[in-house]
Amino acid sequence: MTAAIATTPELVDATARRRAPAPRTRFGGARPGMSYVFLAPYLALTLAFGVLPALYALVLAFTDGGGGFVGVDNFVKVISDFRFGPAVVHVAIYLVIWLISLVILVTVLAIVVHAIKVRWLNTTLRFVFYLPGALAGASSVLLWLFVLDPTSSPVSGLLQLLGFDSFVQVIVPANLPPIFAIIAFWTGAGGWIVIMYGALNNISSEVMEAARIDGASTFQIATQIQIPLLRKWISYMGVMSLAAGTQLFVEPQLLSQASNAIVPNDYSLNQLAYQYAFQQNDFNGSAAISLLLLVVALALSTVFVTRGGLFDTE
Amino acid sequence: MTASNLSTRAPRIGVSGWSGRALISAVLLVFVLFFIIPIVWLLLATSKTGRELVTLNPFLPGTFDGIVQNWNQLFAYQDGAVGTWIANSTIYTVGALVLTLIASIPAGYALALTQFRLRKAILVLTLIVMLMPSTALVLPIFLELNTVGLIGNPLSVILPMSFFPFGVYLTYIYFSTSIPQDLLAAARLDGCGEFQVFYRVALPLATPIIALVAFFSFVQNWNNFFLPFVMLPSSDGYPIQVGLTSLLASTPAFNPSSAGAESVQLPTLALATVVSVLPVLIVFLFSQRFLVSGMTAGGTKE
Repeated sequence: MTAAIATTPELVDATARRRAPAPRTRFGGARPGMSYVFLAPYLALTLAFGVLPALYALVLAFTDGGGGFVGVDNFVKVISDFRFGPAVVHVAIYLVIWLISLVILVTVLAIVVHAIKVRWLNTTLRFVFYLPGALAGASSVLLWLFVLDPTSSPVSGLLQLLGFDSFVQVIVPANLPPIFAIIAFWTGAGGWIVIMYGALNNISSEVMEAARIDGASTFQIATQIQIPLLRKWISYMGVMSLAAGTQLFVEPQLLSQASNAIVPNDYSLNQLAYQYAFQQNDFNGSAAISLLLLVVALALSTVFVTRGGLFDTE
Repeated sequence: MTASNLSTRAPRIGVSGWSGRALISAVLLVFVLFFIIPIVWLLLATSKTGRELVTLNPFLPGTFDGIVQNWNQLFAYQDGAVGTWIANSTIYTVGALVLTLIASIPAGYALALTQFRLRKAILVLTLIVMLMPSTALVLPIFLELNTVGLIGNPLSVILPMSFFPFGVYLTYIYFSTSIPQDLLAAARLDGCGEFQVFYRVALPLATPIIALVAFFSFVQNWNNFFLPFVMLPSSDGYPIQVGLTSLLASTPAFNPSSAGAESVQLPTLALATVVSVLPVLIVFLFSQRFLVSGMTAGGTKE
C-alpha cells in the first residue's frame, strides 16, 4: 500500500521534465510492426495479471460453485452477511481519520519545510520524514505493536498518561481506526511530503517574490498562493490514499493475530474476502467482495487519469 | 533554486515574528520525534534481553552480547527458518526485478519512440493500472492461479510482481524526454533495423532509468505482504515479510498460548523486524542523494 506512495515522488520529476521542448520530428521512419514486438512481454503480463484476473473475478461473482449463472445472488449474500456492514464502517471511519490528517498535516509540513532555507536542516527533515517508508507492510505493523504495548513502549509514559496500562486496553475497538491511521501516516506521509515539496519548488519564484513585495505575510502566501497552486497534487494524494485505504488488510490482520483475536480477523473488507476464500471455500463470495473493491479502485484511478490533469498521455 | 535562495535569505522568512517561529519549531520537533523515535527505539531494542527491554530506560542501549544472543535465537528459530525466508525473499524479488526490466524497458521505449495504432490506448491503460492499489488485484489473481494450479509455486508471486506498469510509465517518460527522435531516425538511415536501433542507440543511454525502475521494483516487492501471504501456504515458501507473522505467533508477549520451546522473546522479534527491512533500508540510505535531490532538482526545472 505504502510502496505506491513512496514510488510517486518521481512523477514530480517526470512531469517537470516533460515540459522540455519535445522534438518535432517524432516517429520518423519507425516501422509500426516492431512496436508490438517490444511491447509483447509487457502486454502478456498485463493480460495475465491485470485483465484476465479481473474478468475471471467478474465471472465468478455472477456464478455459483457449479458455474451456473446466478445473477446478483453472490452480491446479495456478501452484503447481507452480518460481518459486511461492520467491515464497511470500520474502513470508512479509518479512511475519514486518515485522509483528513494526511491532507492537513502533509500540506502544512511540506510548506513549513519548504520555508526553511537552511539547506542541511531542510534536507535532513525531509529524509527523517521519508525514512519510515522503508518499513512498509508487516514490518511497520510489528514495530507499532511494540510502540503501542505499554510494557515495552518507548512512550509508555505517554500511553499511561492517556490511561492505557496494558496492550489490551490500547487495542479496544474504538481505538483501532486511529491506530491504523497513525501507522499508515507514519509509513506513508514522508513520501507525500517529498512530493508536495517538489510541487512547491515548481511554483515560480517571481510569483512568490511579487506577493512578498506586495506585503503578503508568509501565512498569506501559503493560503493564497501555495495551497491553491498545490490543489492538483493535494487531490492526487487524496484520491490515491482513498483507493489504497479501502484495501486495508495487513494492519488488522497482524493485530488480530497479536491480540489473540480480540481484533476480529474479519475487521476489514479485504480480510472478509480472504475469509470467504480461505475459511469458507466460497470463491464466488470472495470474488464478489474483491470485485466491489476493484470497481472502487478502478473508478477512482480512471477519474483521476482522465480528469486530474496531472498525467499527460501525449 | 539558487535564485530563490538568494532572494529569500532576507530576514523576512519567519511567520509573524518570534512566537510564530517558536510555534512552528515546536510542531516540527514533535513530528521529527514522531517519525524517528520508533526507529531509534527499535534499533536499540535489538541489543537488549527480554528483561532489559522492560526494565531498562528505553533509550539506553543494551549490550553487544545481547545482539549476539538475539541473533542466535532468531536464526535458530525453527531450524533456521529465518534464513530460508530471507533467501526466498531474495529469489522472489530478484526474479521479479529481472522480469520487470525485460518487460518494461522495451515497452516504455516503444510507447515513447515508435508509432502504432494502439499506442494511446495502452498508455492510458498503463496509467490507470499504475494508479490502482496493487492489492486490489491480489485475490482475483489468486482465484485465477488457483484454477491453473500454480498456488504454492514461486512463480505465483514472481510473475504477478513482474507486472509493473509504473516502471513502464517511468521508462516512457524517460525515453520521450531524453532521446531525440532524430538520433533514432539517423540510425535507421544508416541501415539499422528496429531491434538494432533499440539495442545500439536507446539501451546504452538507458542506464539511469534501469536503475530507477530496479529501485522501485525492489522496494515494492521486498515489502509486499498480501500477495505472498495469499499465494504461498507453506512456511518453506514464505518470504521474510510473511515469516514475521509466524514469529509474531510464537511471541508469548503477544500470543500467550504460544509459550513453549520455540517461543520468541520481544528483542528477538525486534531484531527480526530490523533484519526484514535491512535490504530496503540500505538501498534507501545509499540512494538518498539520488532519490531526494533527484526529485527536487526535477521539481525546480520549471
